[in-house]
Amino acid sequence: MTRLAAALAALMFAALPAQAQDIRETLEEVTTFELDNGMEVVVVEDHRAPVVVHMVWYRAGAADEQPGASGVAHFLEHLLFKGTDTLEPGEFSEVVARNGGSDNAFTSFDQTAYYQRVAADRLGLMMEMEADRMVNLRLDREDILTERDVIIEERNMRVENDPSALMREQLNAALYLNHPYGTPIIGWREEMVSLDLDDAYAYYDRFYAPNNAILVVAGDVSPDEVRDMAEEHYGAVPANPEVGAPRTRPQEPRQMAERRLTMEDPRVSQPYVMRSYLAPERDPGDQREAAALTLLEEVLGGGQTSVLNRALQFDRKMAVYAGAFYDGTKYDDGSFGFAVVPAPGVSLEEAEAALDETLQDFLEEGVDPDQLARIKFQMKASRIYAQDNVGSIARRYGRALTSGLTVEDVQAWPALLQEVTGEEIVAAAREVFNRDSSVTAYLKAPEAEQDAAQENEEVMQ
Amino acid sequence: MTRILSLLAAMVLAGPALAAIEIEEVETPGGFNAWLVEEPSIPFTALELRFTGGAALDAEGKRGATNLMVGLLEEGAGDMDARGFAEATEELAASFSYEASQDTVSVSAKFLTETRDDSVALLRESLVNPTFSETAIERVRKQVLSGLRSDRTDPDAIASEAFDRTVFGDHPYGSPKKGTIESVEAMTRDDILAAWRAAIAQDRVVISAAGDISAEELASLIDELLGDLPEEGAPKPEDIDVGTAAGNTVIPFDTPQSVAIFGHEGIERDDEDFFAAYVMNTILGGGGFEARLMEEVREKRGLTYGIYSYLMPMDHAELYLGRVASANDRIAEAISVIRDEWRKLAENGVTEAELEQAKTYLTGAYPLRFDGNGPIARILVGMQMDGLTPEYIETRNDRIEAVTLEDIQRVAARVLKPDALRFVVVGQPEGLETDAPVQ
Repeated sequence: MTRLAAALAALMFAALPAQAQDIRETLEEVTTFELDNGMEVVVVEDHRAPVVVHMVWYRAGAADEQPGASGVAHFLEHLLFKGTDTLEPGEFSEVVARNGGSDNAFTSFDQTAYYQRVAADRLGLMMEMEADRMVNLRLDREDILTERDVIIEERNMRVENDPSALMREQLNAALYLNHPYGTPIIGWREEMVSLDLDDAYAYYDRFYAPNNAILVVAGDVSPDEVRDMAEEHYGAVPANPEVGAPRTRPQEPRQMAERRLTMEDPRVSQPYVMRSYLAPERDPGDQREAAALTLLEEVLGGGQTSVLNRALQFDRKMAVYAGAFYDGTKYDDGSFGFAVVPAPGVSLEEAEAALDETLQDFLEEGVDPDQLARIKFQMKASRIYAQDNVGSIARRYGRALTSGLTVEDVQAWPALLQEVTGEEIVAAAREVFNRDSSVTAYLKAPEAEQDAAQENEEVMQ
Repeated sequence: MTRILSLLAAMVLAGPALAAIEIEEVETPGGFNAWLVEEPSIPFTALELRFTGGAALDAEGKRGATNLMVGLLEEGAGDMDARGFAEATEELAASFSYEASQDTVSVSAKFLTETRDDSVALLRESLVNPTFSETAIERVRKQVLSGLRSDRTDPDAIASEAFDRTVFGDHPYGSPKKGTIESVEAMTRDDILAAWRAAIAQDRVVISAAGDISAEELASLIDELLGDLPEEGAPKPEDIDVGTAAGNTVIPFDTPQSVAIFGHEGIERDDEDFFAAYVMNTILGGGGFEARLMEEVREKRGLTYGIYSYLMPMDHAELYLGRVASANDRIAEAISVIRDEWRKLAENGVTEAELEQAKTYLTGAYPLRFDGNGPIARILVGMQMDGLTPEYIETRNDRIEAVTLEDIQRVAARVLKPDALRFVVVGQPEGLETDAPVQ
């Protein structure tokens, strides 16, 4: 099979360069323009089903919060469902549901987004309501207290009940000495409990305006229709000169000392080790290193054939799982990380040492050209598959444009991924894998529990 | 708001356009039946296979065999080892996923038109000629064991497992499909081979496809893919009656937020009241923000981030289930509100306005589901599993519309059983009455 597959691959690659060219031209039908009030608009067409995804993205996320009010970006996102001058609390979602649609919202470090998925002929109504809550939010003190309880329960569910999530919070906080990426998006519990109406309005007034927002519409619509409707609904909201100043956040100073954490929690039954390094992100007009890191993530941690899984799972049998993580679509420098779940009988120290040896070997040996070719081909194919879900294309644009990138950057990215060489990938790895700007974290149960669990298992066997 | 609402009413009357999808029923020369939606605009195909039976087929004392077997299908086949298989899949940019659930083994595949034949040949190897090598078994066994160990301290897993054990006892549904640490430790290659022969057979496969493929192409693809499978698999387990008593089972676990799974007997998918029950549950605890449980537990009281209920008809039993999570000092209140709502709806039914709202939501949302080859292939295979015909798509919304207030009242009294509503709570709930001892 290997030989056959290789022959096949050669055939396909021979056929591909021509195709890769048109991927950019024809794959996605994307149109972009700007309204007079500064609101950017992206339209992605897909006429196969009479459905549309309507999203409004704000260039404001958790990393734009004032110190001491962590979680307010996400809190406000919840409160935007609580009514305006003309909509009762809960009415927004009720109207969407009454129209057969579904709606929700999410908050990240660099952006907050609101979206609905509805029949294409309901788009105007969605715009009317979304434009309304962009500026006409009406909150009452009582209502926000109940919702604060809800976000605290959300934190309970996502973080407090999950030792692994608690550990990742601690790790991030240690990785960023100064940048707000070290503060969890959902907020520190101690600050969440006292978030109030003033905090919410302060954030709203500072960031919610058409000139700080991006409209993304994907589905069974034409750009002209979207333009007409957007001008009617969003165009009526005046730009706010107070909003949308360049985002300047505290940046990382030079990092000079490796950090190491050990977190113990009796709820841990599968210990593991994580390592995170500070890493550059995609910058407008300058995405090449981030492209190399994106490929590096795949080379090291993407599935069965990746360097880490080959070495740690298959050859040395030291891990039950090994993975790499990198997300280049951020406003400021992000991180490149690893996780290794050791096999039974392998300590966290041994797992960490095996990880470092594998990384060292990789830096010396370089990238396997066959593996790189497979990854690049898969990335090309993933663009074909992505067309089946225009919502995912909408999210790609929304995230990039709220992370400081331009439409040109988004469209240049796939070709860049194809261009990056093995040498560039190794060079990017060498640059990033600097222990002075890293955190290594162990998550495990306290010794007593570990022994008990071990005994338990022995008894059961 | 009045303006928006009146505008809305006008549009609702018009109704959203129904997606124009045309289902072809394909019968292959080899005797398989499949449903196809041919949609050539994107050069790939989504293919869905369901083998009925699933993890519930596990032999006595071999709990977890089907799950482990399914985890091994992509870990070596024909003359390829795990890595060879993964490399070949990557070279074709195909994607295959295999999953065992209690009632089915699911195989979902996506492949490009240009690599279709080789992708299908590769997928065939994994189903017809899996290697189950000792090295692969050891590696995947470790992964499953690692998951089982994690489940021991995962409140959701603990709660589901305890709920199923209470309801189903020794029936396969009464234990997790992954098995236990002992049963997985003890599993041999022969057990895995037996599970493969039991579960992956011609007599139980349901097939659908959507995308860039014709009926003829699909027919020959299916014969090539499945023609060499064993003809018959293992007999399915007996049906089991669901009996629960009202009350709370508490499993103490040191964590800040209690997780509760609740429910009782449900209703069969082919029961004539199923539609009414489905609409009723949308009003009570369907995922939306408008559902009564969401309104009462989250919106009004802030007791949880998420709460929902759902009907779960399975092959051998029916459940009506829900889930909620609240801080230890608030879960008792959440549970009390849920019990009240359960009883209120059982006794008083719903209002005309609620019924209308649920209908406009359900009928409006239905055509929106058909928005891509992947989703369409999944809907098609699901319809066949439920014993529906292709015409169902055209009549489904009419059947929702036909549900009356009286239907809901009748079904609510029949299906909601406040006196059988059992909660299994994992955490350290405060002030919660418990009637069942810790297990």
